[in-house]
Amino acid sequence: MSGHSTYQPQNKFLQWFEKRLPLGGLIHSSFVAYPTPRNLNYLWTFGGILAFMLGVQIITGVVLAMHYTPHVDMAFRSVEGIMRDVNFGWLLRYLHANGASMFFLAVYVHMFRGIYYGSYKEPREVLWILGVIIYLLMMATGFMGYVLVWGQMSFWAATVITNLFSAIPGVGDAIVTWLWGGFAVGNPTLNRFYSLHYLLPFVIAGVVVLHIWALHVAGQNNPTGIEPKSDKDTVAFTPYATVKDGFFMAVFCILYAWFVFYIPNFLGHADNYIPANPAVTPAEIVPEWYYLPFYAILRSIPDKLMGVIALFASILVLAFIPWLDTSRVRSARYRPLFKQFFWLWVVACVGLGWLGSKQPEGIYVILSRVFTVYYFAFFLIIMPLLGIFEKTKPLPNSISESVLGAKA
Amino acid sequence: MMMKRSILALALAGTVVGSALPAMAEDQATPPRLKWSFSGPFGKYDPAQLQRGFKIYREVCSSCHSIQMLAFRNLADPGGPGFSEAQAGAVASEYKIKDLDDQGNPTERPGRLADTFPPPFANELAAKAANGGTAPPDMSTLAKARTYQRGFPWFVFDAFTQYQEQGPDYITALLKGYEDPPKGFQLPQGGNYNRYFPGHNIAMPPPLQAGQVTYDDGAPQTMDQYSQDIAAFLMWAAEPHLVQRKRIGFQVMIFLIVLTGLMYFTKKKVWHEVEKPHEIAHRQDPKKTTI
Repeated sequence: MSGHSTYQPQNKFLQWFEKRLPLGGLIHSSFVAYPTPRNLNYLWTFGGILAFMLGVQIITGVVLAMHYTPHVDMAFRSVEGIMRDVNFGWLLRYLHANGASMFFLAVYVHMFRGIYYGSYKEPREVLWILGVIIYLLMMATGFMGYVLVWGQMSFWAATVITNLFSAIPGVGDAIVTWLWGGFAVGNPTLNRFYSLHYLLPFVIAGVVVLHIWALHVAGQNNPTGIEPKSDKDTVAFTPYATVKDGFFMAVFCILYAWFVFYIPNFLGHADNYIPANPAVTPAEIVPEWYYLPFYAILRSIPDKLMGVIALFASILVLAFIPWLDTSRVRSARYRPLFKQFFWLWVVACVGLGWLGSKQPEGIYVILSRVFTVYYFAFFLIIMPLLGIFEKTKPLPNSISESVLGAKA
Repeated sequence: MMMKRSILALALAGTVVGSALPAMAEDQATPPRLKWSFSGPFGKYDPAQLQRGFKIYREVCSSCHSIQMLAFRNLADPGGPGFSEAQAGAVASEYKIKDLDDQGNPTERPGRLADTFPPPFANELAAKAANGGTAPPDMSTLAKARTYQRGFPWFVFDAFTQYQEQGPDYITALLKGYEDPPKGFQLPQGGNYNRYFPGHNIAMPPPLQAGQVTYDDGAPQTMDQYSQDIAAFLMWAAEPHLVQRKRIGFQVMIFLIVLTGLMYFTKKKVWHEVEKPHEIAHRQDPKKTTI
């Protein structure tokens, strides 16, 4: 995808094939000869981890779909059938349910890293926006997958989230009825969520291909935020990046396996082991942990429509940060003020996550509002102004200079 | 039985990890944490305890609570109560299962291994009508559907200590938690006061009392023993493959830790030249320096 390939197969058949479809050359130039900055830290292994998690989710999901029944009267029972009667069904289901959490954990690390090191800046704007699109698709997919279990929390999460669209003036109620396929969350809703839950991961995979393509055109950013200038600044993808990614993927799998085998229900909600019952509303309805910050933003605003707008704006604003951030320096390593504001923003995100799980009352509402204001101020006020007022530290002349010291 | 729930959740220790649990009002007692044979990374169900719990279910709970996802064959599954297939078949044959005969007429036949436990009531309405307006919940997933609020920071520690037995702890405490309401507590008619039940007003009257179920294995016939045995049985009913899961989990962990170690040293070897920038800077051959 970048540069011309020097791939010269020895095998006669591969030579014959390469003349007709240069697939080997594409793979070789993308994943073998592709130059990666030599100074990448372990935060850069999360792209590979995310690709791995997408693969795990698709494979376990396709097999789960073979045993699942998308019908309101049978969905919960079929999930329990997977847990009880399908050989290693419990393993597939726990891998898939906890896999979603691991996928989101990895994507959050990946996004925080991108913001910290300025990976969204010119010439990587399209790469970044493709990432925001993948994240949106992930959120939709994860939500619909959670509904498929058809437990109490599945049903009521579906009700709450689809009801958000009723805030749209005039046509809101009509849109909600259209989304449900009826006048309440019911069998048509479950069926279409199932269909879309199966479709969207392949859409994600398609956008991931574009994301990687854009990455290989622009090249990877790195902790210094300056572009590689010579061969001394880079190492070949294989073996260097492959072995490093592989090592950290193994570390990540230990965490994943810990959840799957030892605490598989830790991240879930006990209520979702109660079959969905439209007649009984749980005392409180909470989404999965990875949506909690956005849930807190939604609830921090007293007006429903404004809350929904803030919820969507909090995600969409990410697509605009290549232009909201006016600083020419990419990496927070050389931006002393940005670094502080960034960590405050991380605190706000995590704080909103905590508040999303709390009853919206008293001090929790006030804190949610403070964090919500800061969340948006970070992008809309701090990012544009810092580029003008911040005094950045001097940048090294090259990546190898930053690694080897000025004398090299 | 409608449990009033609120949520707790969340946290993070470097990473955000959420766990949402039904909460209890401030005045609700925290269930005592008990020792379970199936807790921890090497936990296994105690077959004798599951058999005792099953006896309690049959003799007491099953008159109101269904357990429809459990099949008679499960009684003989590995990692469970350890009945033989013949014993499980004998249990099944004591139940009457509704079926159709060859002419298509409704009939009843003795249960078989493949059958699931028949429910005590024909349908939910019948269950409600017979129980003062509240249908007793199905017990198949009950031990995973009940829990109590751990609160910050305890639930963060739970991720490391693998404390996953909130459900059985809560059920045990609930069964022993019946008492007279405190002064000033307005108990609605037909309600029962329970220390551990959210809101304290539980429709289920105290189901167990000491000496009610006869144990054949000499275990004490006390409330402590009864409530733990039935809670363990319900945990098995909700998570029948727990033993297999933890056994395979240990093998997976060993594999992953060895793999990680090998990957680490491979990475170190491969990156040796790149990670020795000072030797390179001083024009030494990095291949000649040791790792």
